[in-house]
Amino acid sequence: MIRTTPFHERTSALNETGLWSHWAGHLAANRYQVSDKFEYFAVRNAAGIFDTSPLYKYRIAGRDAERFLAGMLARDIRACPSSHAQYTTWLDDRGFVFEDAVIQRRGPDEYLLTTAEPNYAYFADRIGHMAVTVEDVSLDIGALAVQGPRSRELLARLVPAVAEVPFFGITTGEIGGRPVTVTRTGYTGDLGYEVWCTTPDALTVWDTLWEACDGYGVQAYGLAALYMLRIEAGLLLLGKDFDSSRFAFNDAHRSTPLELGWAWMFKGLADDDRAFIGRKALEREIADRSSRWRMSGLVVDWEDYDRVYGAAGLIPPKAHAPVHEDWMVYDEGSQRVGYATSFMYSPVLQRHIAMARVRPDLAKVGTRVFLEFTVDHHYQKVAAHVARLPLYNPERKAA
Amino acid sequence: MTDRYDAIVVGGGHNGLVNGAYLAKGGLRTLILEQRPFVGGAAITEELRPGFWFTTFSYALSLLRPQIVQELELPKHGFLPLLMSSRFAPTPEGEYLWFTQDHDANLREIARISPHDADAYEQYGHDMDRVAQVLKPLLDMVPPDPFSDDPEELVALAALGAGFRKLDKRTLHNAIRLLTGSAADFLDDYFESDLLKGWLASSGIIGSKVGPRSQGSGLVLIFHSLGEHDGSFGTWAFHKGGNGGFTQVLARAAQAYGAEIRLDSEVARVLTDDGRATGVALADGTEFHADVVVSALDPRRTFLDLVEPRELPDDLTETVRRMKFQGVSSKVNFALSGIPVYPQLADAGTEPFRGFLNIGPSMDYLERAFDEAKYGWYSAEPYIDGAIQSTIDPDMAPPGQHVMSCFVQYTPYRLRESDWDAERQNLGNVVQATLERYFPGFGDLVLQREVVTPLDIERVTGLSEGNIFAGELLAPQMFFLRPAPGWAQYRTPIHGYYQCGSGTHPGGCVMGAPGRLAAGQILKDRGTA
Repeated sequence: MIRTTPFHERTSALNETGLWSHWAGHLAANRYQVSDKFEYFAVRNAAGIFDTSPLYKYRIAGRDAERFLAGMLARDIRACPSSHAQYTTWLDDRGFVFEDAVIQRRGPDEYLLTTAEPNYAYFADRIGHMAVTVEDVSLDIGALAVQGPRSRELLARLVPAVAEVPFFGITTGEIGGRPVTVTRTGYTGDLGYEVWCTTPDALTVWDTLWEACDGYGVQAYGLAALYMLRIEAGLLLLGKDFDSSRFAFNDAHRSTPLELGWAWMFKGLADDDRAFIGRKALEREIADRSSRWRMSGLVVDWEDYDRVYGAAGLIPPKAHAPVHEDWMVYDEGSQRVGYATSFMYSPVLQRHIAMARVRPDLAKVGTRVFLEFTVDHHYQKVAAHVARLPLYNPERKAA
Repeated sequence: MTDRYDAIVVGGGHNGLVNGAYLAKGGLRTLILEQRPFVGGAAITEELRPGFWFTTFSYALSLLRPQIVQELELPKHGFLPLLMSSRFAPTPEGEYLWFTQDHDANLREIARISPHDADAYEQYGHDMDRVAQVLKPLLDMVPPDPFSDDPEELVALAALGAGFRKLDKRTLHNAIRLLTGSAADFLDDYFESDLLKGWLASSGIIGSKVGPRSQGSGLVLIFHSLGEHDGSFGTWAFHKGGNGGFTQVLARAAQAYGAEIRLDSEVARVLTDDGRATGVALADGTEFHADVVVSALDPRRTFLDLVEPRELPDDLTETVRRMKFQGVSSKVNFALSGIPVYPQLADAGTEPFRGFLNIGPSMDYLERAFDEAKYGWYSAEPYIDGAIQSTIDPDMAPPGQHVMSCFVQYTPYRLRESDWDAERQNLGNVVQATLERYFPGFGDLVLQREVVTPLDIERVTGLSEGNIFAGELLAPQMFFLRPAPGWAQYRTPIHGYYQCGSGTHPGGCVMGAPGRLAAGQILKDRGTA
């Protein structure tokens, strides 16, 4: 039986399209209005609200929680102080990625890990003798992402501490008299926050927030807009841009964190004697430079794109709806050097963009490559250049 | 005091800014001179009431050429064309068409009024796209000069003809019917619904002293269909912060390439020496010197004001004097305390208003509105192209309140036995009363009203007779005839003196093409000089 989120009573009233996706066993609005692009622009130009409750959520607590997570997670959780969140990943012994996630350090010994897939057994089974508990609180917590340039101003009117909370910081307060945790996190690459409350408080929190947003151009946004936003933001999507090593049948479906562009997570690795799962393999990969790929942004050459369609007598399409296909990437000499996993026309960048894996030696910004797709049932190669992710990175995001 | 540049652009409207940006990008030390305290010309946004931002004149991103966005790297400087997700065409009787971004739902909406027209609309849309596809390349080319013996020009002309020969019969016929005929004749072939025809025909009269049944309105119709937003033909966008927001982006881009912008600098005349441009003199006597001077002003000002007509050949000055301007458009802008309510959609909130609102419920309505203009008066029931822009960009007005831009026709520049200083407020009343018929209680929402007549457009922006296109978009004033036969390639008879305003090919609207094409000519001329 498909579940609904704690906000469903409100989100279903707003969903004019009657379209729902199934996300982590829950109904999730695909889009609320006819135009997903209008929802998208609300996030880029005002603010949008997204029901992110279907995420799996694990409360990890206890005296040894930090030590436990320091061994489980590849990024050093010890560098994350209380009231801060961290984007992290965990690996298998061979250094391949299981998943990526945001973990909130809500207190010295208390964490909330939010994941796309079920992970309870993986964490709980590795506690051993440590003083740690792992609890699945997925259904106990409702979560709303409030994202966009107006998000700070709007939320701070309800939770004043929001005005001061830094990028990836955490604060608490009340909305409609109900306790909430507010994290400065999100999946849009914009200024934004996520509001966490208990399931019984969810409708009160929604109503208070919604009322506070009235007249401010705030729109509820669905998965369609979210997927546009996240590609511009260079944020990876499990199952689209990479797969979990746990369920892969071969290494072609596996990725290392370096291949996914997360080398920045391990800048302090040499000075950090922490033992964590996958460390040896990661060190070997760094030393041997054995990464097969580097996750990169591609920006399509607009003239070449227009040329290809123009030659076929077609109006060059600029479709904002993301395409998640394996599109091959070639170098100047027609050698296959990678593949794109997410492709779209970006309204803010006014270009077709892609997230793609390219061979590490070609991952230098500005390298000219060719993206292959079909026009009129024929393969066509269109020029693009390699760019650093995220392709859209407004100052306000972290300011 | 003197100062020396490679190029001086007279006028900081969108074409002047585009031109200056390209020249600077091309390596010229470029100075852009603007008479007002801010750039933008007729593409400005002003905070006329605290928190309320008015698009005083032009009010949407219409035909902007996508090449300019790319070549000048505008997204780096804040270019943000927001989606107008709705279109709304009501009648006072309660019938309406409300289009959203769902094409199939729009066809159902038409079928509600006319099952015939739902299907016809598909055909019409495709036919217009085909014609637009054919004509668009013309927007990006310097018109060939049929009066020249230069073999290059003859080759260009031949290429143009060869291009047309490749077309299918239907598309070529449609193109010619649109370029020479009336919007009404063209639309009558497809549709039976008065409301739908009135709505579509509205694009055939914008800014032009023609009614939908006048020859020439077909050209205006197809011209306005040459816009595109994110690859979708015939659709327009609303720039963040209005067109003032857009021209600020252009200014930043120009400056990033090294162009200098000097405000409060009204140019009195272009300095010449022995048939060559040498610079400009401001009204306050300041002089700036350059071998290249580019006028972004309209042809009348470019050829009759900035230089001495005696420096020009007679046939040119005579053609420019004969050029038709005759502005017929006004703006009435409102600050509103809330969203207007259309009784049949009382619960729809802001949704029907997230785009253009068309007050022109039938072809007859538009034609009658035009009738009055023929005899020197303004329409008792005007055509209105409205837009409540704060529903698209909430930064345009305080929360829950709105700004509404109303483009109004017909309001001829010359009134019979009166003038606009006398009639200005009554025009505002007429517009407000018209809106009241569609949205009862509209008047109670009005916090402030700004009335901008053709005379005001001329006074503030310098556009002659308040013509929003810097010269009408009529066939005798288009392509290699714009602004004058033999002078459609952005040069002038004065060496080093160029033109880049909307009075040159391809014409008006916030398109930027004249500025871009003129810059190409200037850089080419310098390269070969």
